[in-house]
Amino acid sequence: MSLSTVETLSSRTTGSQDASIVSIAKKNARVSRYMVSPSVLVLLLWMIVPLSMTIYFSLIRYNLLYPGENEFVGFENYEFFLTDEGFFAGMGNTLLLVGFTLLITVVLGVLISVLVNKAFWGRGIVRVMLISPFFIMPTVNALVWKNLLLHPVSGVFAAVWTFFGAEPIDWFTHYPLTAIIMIVSWQWLPFAILILMTALQSLDQEQQEAARLDGAGPWALFYHITLPHLARPIAVVVMIETIFLLSIFAEIFTTTGGGPGYETTNLAYLIYSQALLQFDVGLASAGGLIAVLLANIAAFFLVRMIGKNLTEA
Amino acid sequence: MSNLTIKNLKKSYADTEILKGINLDIKDHEFVVFVGPSGCGKSTLLRTIAGLEEATSGNIYLDEREITDVAPAKRDLAMVFQTYALYPHMTVRKNMSFALELAGTNKSEIETKVNEAARILELQPLLDRKPKELSGGQRQRVAIGRSIVRHPKVFLFDEPLSNLDAALRVQMRLELARLHHDLNATMIYVTHDQIEAMTLADKVVVLNQGHIEQVGTPMELYHRPANQFVAGFMGMPKMSFLPGQIIAGDNSGLQVQLASGSKLEVPVRAEGLTKGSTITLGIRPEHIQVTDQQEGRFKGRLDVTEHLGSDTFCYVQTSAKETLTVRTPGDFSGRFGDTVGLNFDAAHCHLFGSDGRSLERIQSNF
Ligand SMILES: Nc1ncnc2c1ncn2[C@@H]1O[C@H](COP(=O)(O)OP(=O)(O)OP(=O)(O)O)[C@@H](O)[C@H]1O
Ligand SMILES: [Mg+2]
Repeated sequence: MSLSTVETLSSRTTGSQDASIVSIAKKNARVSRYMVSPSVLVLLLWMIVPLSMTIYFSLIRYNLLYPGENEFVGFENYEFFLTDEGFFAGMGNTLLLVGFTLLITVVLGVLISVLVNKAFWGRGIVRVMLISPFFIMPTVNALVWKNLLLHPVSGVFAAVWTFFGAEPIDWFTHYPLTAIIMIVSWQWLPFAILILMTALQSLDQEQQEAARLDGAGPWALFYHITLPHLARPIAVVVMIETIFLLSIFAEIFTTTGGGPGYETTNLAYLIYSQALLQFDVGLASAGGLIAVLLANIAAFFLVRMIGKNLTEA
Repeated sequence: MSNLTIKNLKKSYADTEILKGINLDIKDHEFVVFVGPSGCGKSTLLRTIAGLEEATSGNIYLDEREITDVAPAKRDLAMVFQTYALYPHMTVRKNMSFALELAGTNKSEIETKVNEAARILELQPLLDRKPKELSGGQRQRVAIGRSIVRHPKVFLFDEPLSNLDAALRVQMRLELARLHHDLNATMIYVTHDQIEAMTLADKVVVLNQGHIEQVGTPMELYHRPANQFVAGFMGMPKMSFLPGQIIAGDNSGLQVQLASGSKLEVPVRAEGLTKGSTITLGIRPEHIQVTDQQEGRFKGRLDVTEHLGSDTFCYVQTSAKETLTVRTPGDFSGRFGDTVGLNFDAAHCHLFGSDGRSLERIQSNF
């Protein structure tokens, strides 16, 4: 046998081995595809059915007050929703609500978690109490604020104002959005504290000591060491809170009902009022889809801005 | 100038006293190493000097200036931590310039100082990296660089090499020695590692349970340990200790009888010791020789042998259940259970009284 035939022989055998390995891998892939298909199917149905129904509703006339008149209207519902005077108010209020709540919870969250990170007597209890508002249902929270704290006659705030000789403020009439922001911030501050407090515990002790030796006072220590350490947890807080704050509903529903006028109507509440107060399912569906679109745009920018912060370092 | 003086320094946490009155003088340009068993208070002493821990009582002076209650940053000291403690979000350059920036030094001066430190430590190519993009040894160099830029009077190191692998540790040890020479600085260095202590130190401070056992050059500690603790602590492997009794004493030394019955005369001063009092004899592994069964001063049964290539360490049990560690050449061929003879020169022996104190040698060649 010549040398070249040996070579071809050997190459042929390894070739066939490769082929068999590939075929096994292919078979495995096929089997696993069959295995996961039921769950993928269920997921698809779960998503596709409501989505396509919403899309369908948004394209027809569908008002519960006029049953049977369900003709195709094209983008009329979208046009109605976008040109509704409530839409821009709702957009603006959503942004204000999310923006200010984020600002308040992050700033206060950082300050409070840095404060309770120092050892002091009764720290455990204080920490538990700081976290506890998070476990109160939003409706209950809003009711407590409405009736016990902000009430212009019997509220705690009114009592304080009167004590100092000032005129009690009727929050829900004069500063309705501010009041809602206060309530929502109170609800979400514990979340920020929880995340940031945990993050602070992983701050290296020796790093802080090194900074102290380098001449950093309390403020420089906070600014140059603590804050950079908290950058990532803050990003997490902002992301998660944004997702939930975009759809705040219960707090508005139980306190102001979106009023006065459109002053506290956010997008979620607007859709609700279109669908169930004006019985216009078609319009509400269009609004829902617009809200989904806006949320996705917001999510896209958030992930671009903050996700980068999360993946690096 | 940078002379550090510590006077009767005490430190307690709650009810437990960790430092029990430390008195120490550290001179300009000295490389001082603190050694001692784990938990003896080395780090606490270093951190108290740095100002990271508050002294309970006592005083610390740096060149006549009392710094006991001065803020850490104002003490003119720099510290290198075991975990490096670099600022993770800053580049190497920023890590090194941080202290200067906080102090409000002007830009060009910062630039020169950082570049100078980077040159000394060969960090120039790494200046724009973040700490996580560096190897352990490079991080350690950055940590040292961070202290160099401040031109402190005293450098403090807390086990700076213990997170490095063995080869890198040797390299960094040499670099530290070179750095000490180049900077001509006063350095205080905490370590567990005897080799680091022996090779780097001008002066070794042996600590035990919060007080100083002995201060001296590495050779003094090796040849003239003040007590049994220091004798046992310095030297690898440990010195062997054998219980014994004094049977006679004169001007040339003490006659001692060991538990196994053999007698020897050790050239130490006999003052204040009476016949029959118990003592402990110490002998280092490198001063014992293995001989034939008949010739040795002792007979023993070979226990474990550890072959290191260059040397072999043998653990030998005598008939009186004493254990001796012996250093033999690398090609030693004795086996487990063999009976061997052991020989040593009485001039190399150390004697410790019942209180653990060394008995003074009459004439020492060392
Ligand atoms: N913050 C503290 N509170 C109470 N006790 C402490 C504190 N820090 C250290 N100690 C105790 O002080 C003693 C000395 O600690 P130190 O860290 O100085 O030991 P060390 O000699 O550096 O030990 P090692 O070689 O293991 O680093 C130990 O017994 C330790 O338990
Ligand atoms: Mg220590």
